[in-house]
Amino acid sequence: MSKRLLIVFSALILATLVLSACGPQASAYECTDSIGCVTVAPGDPIHLAYAMVINGPDATLGIDSRNGVEIAIAEKGQLLGHDFQLTGEDDGCSAEGGQAAGTKLAADTTIVAVFGTSCSSAARVAVPLLSQAGFVIISASNTAPDLTLPGNENNWPGYLRTAHSDTFQGAAAAQFAVDYLHATKAATIHDGSLYAESLANQFAESFKGLGGTITAQEAVDPNQTDFKSVLTSLAPGGPELIYYPIFIKAGALITRQAKETTGLENVALMGADGMFSPDVSSGAGDASEGLYVSSPDLSAFSAKYSTFFLPKYQEMFGSEPISIFHAHAYDAAWIVMNAIEKVAVQDADGTLHIPRQALRDAMYATTGYDGLTGKLSCSPTGDCANPVIAVYEYHAGEYPPVKVWP
Amino acid sequence: MLRTLRQRITVADIVVWIIGLAIAFVVVYGSIKTLQAGKYDARVWIDLTITGLALGGVYALIALGYTIVYGVLKMINFAHSEIFMSGPFTAVFLALALNKSGFWNSHPFISILLVTILSAVVSSTLAILLEKIAYRPLRNAPRLVPLITAIGASFFLQYAFRGFFGSGLQAYPELDILKGTWTFGTIPVYKTQVVVIVSALIMMLILYGFVMLTKMGKAMRAVSEDKDVAGLMGIDVDRIISTTFAVGGAAAGLGGILYILLFPVVHFFMGFIPGLKAFTAAVLGGIGNVPGAFLGAMILGILEAVGPSLFLNGMGIAAPYQLKDAIAFTILVFILIIRPSGILGERITQTKA
Repeated sequence: MSKRLLIVFSALILATLVLSACGPQASAYECTDSIGCVTVAPGDPIHLAYAMVINGPDATLGIDSRNGVEIAIAEKGQLLGHDFQLTGEDDGCSAEGGQAAGTKLAADTTIVAVFGTSCSSAARVAVPLLSQAGFVIISASNTAPDLTLPGNENNWPGYLRTAHSDTFQGAAAAQFAVDYLHATKAATIHDGSLYAESLANQFAESFKGLGGTITAQEAVDPNQTDFKSVLTSLAPGGPELIYYPIFIKAGALITRQAKETTGLENVALMGADGMFSPDVSSGAGDASEGLYVSSPDLSAFSAKYSTFFLPKYQEMFGSEPISIFHAHAYDAAWIVMNAIEKVAVQDADGTLHIPRQALRDAMYATTGYDGLTGKLSCSPTGDCANPVIAVYEYHAGEYPPVKVWP
Repeated sequence: MLRTLRQRITVADIVVWIIGLAIAFVVVYGSIKTLQAGKYDARVWIDLTITGLALGGVYALIALGYTIVYGVLKMINFAHSEIFMSGPFTAVFLALALNKSGFWNSHPFISILLVTILSAVVSSTLAILLEKIAYRPLRNAPRLVPLITAIGASFFLQYAFRGFFGSGLQAYPELDILKGTWTFGTIPVYKTQVVVIVSALIMMLILYGFVMLTKMGKAMRAVSEDKDVAGLMGIDVDRIISTTFAVGGAAAGLGGILYILLFPVVHFFMGFIPGLKAFTAAVLGGIGNVPGAFLGAMILGILEAVGPSLFLNGMGIAAPYQLKDAIAFTILVFILIIRPSGILGERITQTKA
C-alpha cells in the first residue's frame, strides 16, 4: 500500500515538475469566490455526495432516489474531462441520522454538492451543517414547506429541492377527499416527523376550508407496531377518511390494523408519497386494497421518462423503480451538473476550479430546465419543483397503484 | 421508634415519594376528567382493554425468556429480542410458500402448526447457540461482561438477518379462519386477539408447571439458588443452562407467532421494541419470577392501550398516543417506587431467605 502511495506521489511530483518546466506559464487561478472554491486535480473525479435513507425499513425511498442520481451521472459521463464520484451517508430518515450524515459530509471539503436528504426531519438538522460547509444541497424528496419558505429560519442558502412542497400535496389530498370520496369527516395521524406533521396539518387546514370536519388529529411513534389502540380511539368520532401521510413500515401496519378495528372497517384510508412503495403493498397484504396515496403525477412526466429513464433503470438496477422520487433525483442531478458546467473554470493542465457561491447562484438561476418531472425553474429560495399531484389507489397484491384522480 | 424512622427517611426518599404522588395525581385527575367528558363509551374501553391484553400476551411470552434466564444466570440476555425476531422472520418464508401452494388456507391448522414449530425451533436453536458461543466462555467473568456481549450479539443477529433476508418488510399471508370476530355476550372480539390471549395464558401455565413440577424444573431452580452447590449435588449445570436458554428461546418463538397474528409484518428490526417492553414487563412483575413476568406484561399491555386515552384525553392533551410509551414507563416508575423489587418480586426473596 505504502509502496503504491510512494509511486503515486513520485509520479505526481514528476508531473508537476514537467508541467511547470515545459508547460506555458498559465496564470494561476485565483479563487475570488466569497465562500471558497473546490479544486479538482487533473484526472480526479468531481466529488458529489448523497445523504439519503439507504438502510432500515424505509430504505426503498432513499435507494430509489440514489438510483435516479446514478442514472443521471452515468448518462452525463464526464464533465470537462473529469469523472463524477458519488459517495454518501445514511440519513436514517430521522433527525439523529441527519445529524450524523450532515456532520460526516460537512467534514469532507472535496464535496461539491450533496443530494438529499430523503426526509424532511433529517433535512432540518443536516441542511444547516451542509450549507455552512459551503456545499449546494438539493433534495429530491424533502417536502416540508418551511425548508424553502422565504425568510424562514429553516431556509438555508445553497438548499434547493426538486420535490414539491407539502402545501400543494396536502391541499390536493383534501381536494380529492371532498371531490372524489365526498367525505365530510376525516381524521389524521402523523408520526411526529416533520414531513408527516406538516402534511397532516396542511391537509386538515385545507379540508376544513372546503367545509369538512376533522374529528381527531392523532400522532404515533413510527417505531411502534401496535396502532390498534390509537385507531380504536379514532373510531367514536366516525371519520369517513383517515389520512396518515407517514412512512412505509408504520403506514403498512396502520393500513392492516385499521381494517381490523371495530368501527373503522369501511373507512377510506389515505397516505401520501412516502407510502408509494412495493413494501407497502407487501406489508399491508390484502388490506392494501383501496388504499389511496397522493403522489407526484407520473403521467405528467416527460416522454423521456418512459423511453429512456425506465429502461435505463431496469438495465442498471434490474427492477422497476422501487419508490417515487427517482425522477426528481435524476432532475436534481442534472441541475447540479449543468450548474457545475456553467461555473467551473479549467486550467490548461485540466485542473478544475468550482467556485461555491457562483455554483449556488447558477443553480438558483435555473430556468426552464426540461426535466423528467416537467419544466423546472428554481425560485430564489430553492423551490425547483413543477408540482402536479395525483392520487393513486392500491389494489391487493398489485404494484404500482393505479391513478384515480384527477 | 420515631427517631429511627426519621433517620431512615432521606431526602431522596422524599423526592421519590413526591414524584410518585404527582404521577398518582395526574393519573387519577386525568381519568376522572376523561370519564366525565364521556367522549368514549363503554364499548371503546372494552376494545382498548382487549387490545392491551393481547399485546400483553405477546410481551408475556418474550418476558418469560428474560425472566428465566435471569433467574438462572442472574444476567440480562439483551439478545433475547433478536431471538424473538429470528423465529417469525424465518417462518415467514414457510408461510409464504404454503400460501403460494394454497395449503395455507385449505389446511389452516396444519399450516399454523408447522409455522409455529419452525419458529419455536429456530428461536430455540439460536438461543442455545448464543449461550454456547457468546455467554458460556464468559460465565465466570464480571457481570458487566456478558451484558455487553449480549448487546453485541443483539446487533450481530439483527444485521445478520438483514444480510440474509434484506431490510424490507415481509408480510404473513392472512389466515381466513382467523378473520372476523367471535361474540362473547354482546361484545364482538377479534378472533386473533382471543387466540393470542388464550395461548399466552396456556403457555405461561405450561412453563410454570415445567419449572415447578418437573425434575428438570427442580434442577433449574437449584441452579438458580446456587450454581456451585447444585453442581456438587450432581446436577449438570451446563445442561441446565442450555435447557433454560432453549425453553426461553422456544417461548420467544411462540411469542413471535402470536405477534404476527396481531401484526403480520416482519422485518429485521422488529424485535427491538417488543424486547424492550418485555424486559420492562419482567422487571415490573419481579424479574426471575414466572407468574410475575406474565402479570407485568399484562399490566404493561393494558397501560399502553388504555393509558393515553384514559389519563391524557380528559386533560385536553392533543394526540396522546404519541406519549403511550412515556405513560407506560411513568407508571412503571410509580410501581417501582412502591414496590422496588417488582409486583411479585418480594415473594421470591422471602422464600429464598
